[in-house]
Amino acid sequence: MPDQAMPTGENAALQVRNLDFFYGDFKGLNNVNLDIAHKKVTAFIGPSGCGKSTLLRTFNRMYDLYPGQRAEGQILFHGKNLLDKTQDVNLVRAKIGMVFQKPTPFPMTIYENIAFGVRLYERMSKSAMDDRVEWALKKAALWGEVKDKLQQNGLSLSGGQQQRLCIARAVAVKPEIVLLDEPTSALDPISTAKIEELINELKSDYTIAIVTHNMQQAARISDFTAFMYLGELIEFNETGTIFMRPGKKQTEDYITGRFG
Amino acid sequence: MTLYNRRIWRNRIGISLSMLAMSLGLIALMWILWTLFSKGFAALSLDLFTQDTPAPGSDGGGLRNAIVGSGLILFFSMLISTPIGILAGIYLAEYGRVSKFASFTRFMTDIMLSAPSIVIGLFVYALFVVTTGGFSGWAGSLALALIAIPVVVRTTENMLKLVPTSLREAAFAVGAPRWQVSLKVTLRAVKSGVVTGVLLAMARITGETAPLLFTALNNQFFSTNMAEPMGNLPVVIFQFALSPYENWVNLAWGGALLIALLVLAVNIGVRVVFRNKVKH
Repeated sequence: MPDQAMPTGENAALQVRNLDFFYGDFKGLNNVNLDIAHKKVTAFIGPSGCGKSTLLRTFNRMYDLYPGQRAEGQILFHGKNLLDKTQDVNLVRAKIGMVFQKPTPFPMTIYENIAFGVRLYERMSKSAMDDRVEWALKKAALWGEVKDKLQQNGLSLSGGQQQRLCIARAVAVKPEIVLLDEPTSALDPISTAKIEELINELKSDYTIAIVTHNMQQAARISDFTAFMYLGELIEFNETGTIFMRPGKKQTEDYITGRFG
Repeated sequence: MTLYNRRIWRNRIGISLSMLAMSLGLIALMWILWTLFSKGFAALSLDLFTQDTPAPGSDGGGLRNAIVGSGLILFFSMLISTPIGILAGIYLAEYGRVSKFASFTRFMTDIMLSAPSIVIGLFVYALFVVTTGGFSGWAGSLALALIAIPVVVRTTENMLKLVPTSLREAAFAVGAPRWQVSLKVTLRAVKSGVVTGVLLAMARITGETAPLLFTALNNQFFSTNMAEPMGNLPVVIFQFALSPYENWVNLAWGGALLIALLVLAVNIGVRVVFRNKVKH
């Protein structure tokens, strides 16, 4: 993988500054600083409980749903702090989509699964919506498999198809950033390969941040990798560097399988 | 006796005791059902559905006014209690998980669930019947609705709590506001469970007598005017079963059978709804 310039303020889609996160009294993230590069794939790796999912969930303020969880510091998105109470959290989530570990199709038809999110923020004709659904399903490499059964329940699809439906659903809203929280950990190897291929195609249009337990996956698909441990960002660099010439002993120990 | 033999004998005694307990309960139930079915089916005839309740001393007669009255009262009480119950359930499960107001509401709902129905009848009598100047079908619907609401609230809340967090988060993640998440995603995910709750609430109020005594009262003539006293099966059964007239007593058995069959039908319906849910 060719060396890439580290993201700086200007070419960053998200700038994380002095971010602390609390689950009640427990501090889950400690002074995290990093930039998520525009239209690149940034991977977060680290042992269970290191805070990588927690960090991802601050980017769309998913933690807001739970009283007792709070974030302090700044996450700049188009120059504004996402964490500000004045930010409309629903608008943030429409701009920063998310796909979860387990496929979570809504209990409705495949068509409606896609249209649900689109309808929230755009008013459009039936034919424009048909086009959008087709466009999103093609983006997620699912159109060919479901084009004749758009009126079937989303739950009738296989696990891998459901996950691609969730990606289509996230993409359909036309976000700028797509967050992926271990998107392949519940899938078989073939579905996983399809999703990885998809991520590679999506990065030409979207900024992607992915949390993964699978280090090979991070090495395969990401441009930048962040290694986290015990709530701290230990090392953040271009993916090739992290895996070939890690700068810190802890990073090296983790990627060579000595702990984690 | 070896340890092993002792265990076998203990096991036999345990099974015998529980079989005995089960048969006692089953015998009581079968006895009730047998009596109800034999006397009820004997009273079943076309007249039951086409004629109104007879005056004292006159022959024959049916339950047409009571059947229609019960249907109307039930229909309107479910019309009142279903939306209120479901919306309150959504509030408890989606909005007020931890708020003080929600725990208070939950507590009051639990009290309402076990409140004697006669108390609810008296409550509606004092507040509604007295102020509106008379017994009416509306008062009956209201009293029954007050009994049904907590049942619907509780089942709706419990069903919504079964929705996996991941589904709720996924709906929020596309930018949906909370009311859309609740109505279009989580409620839809547990639709059959909520329908079950509504049907069970209906079964629960179908046979309620005490609240109707103080509210809808009774009407021996055919009437569809909800603002007037209205005939209904439970009160007719109550009056006729204790009367000295043979045809009245027979009609009471017929009415009791109708109620039992309706509750049975609702319970079977619930099972069908749930079975379809598993298949998707």
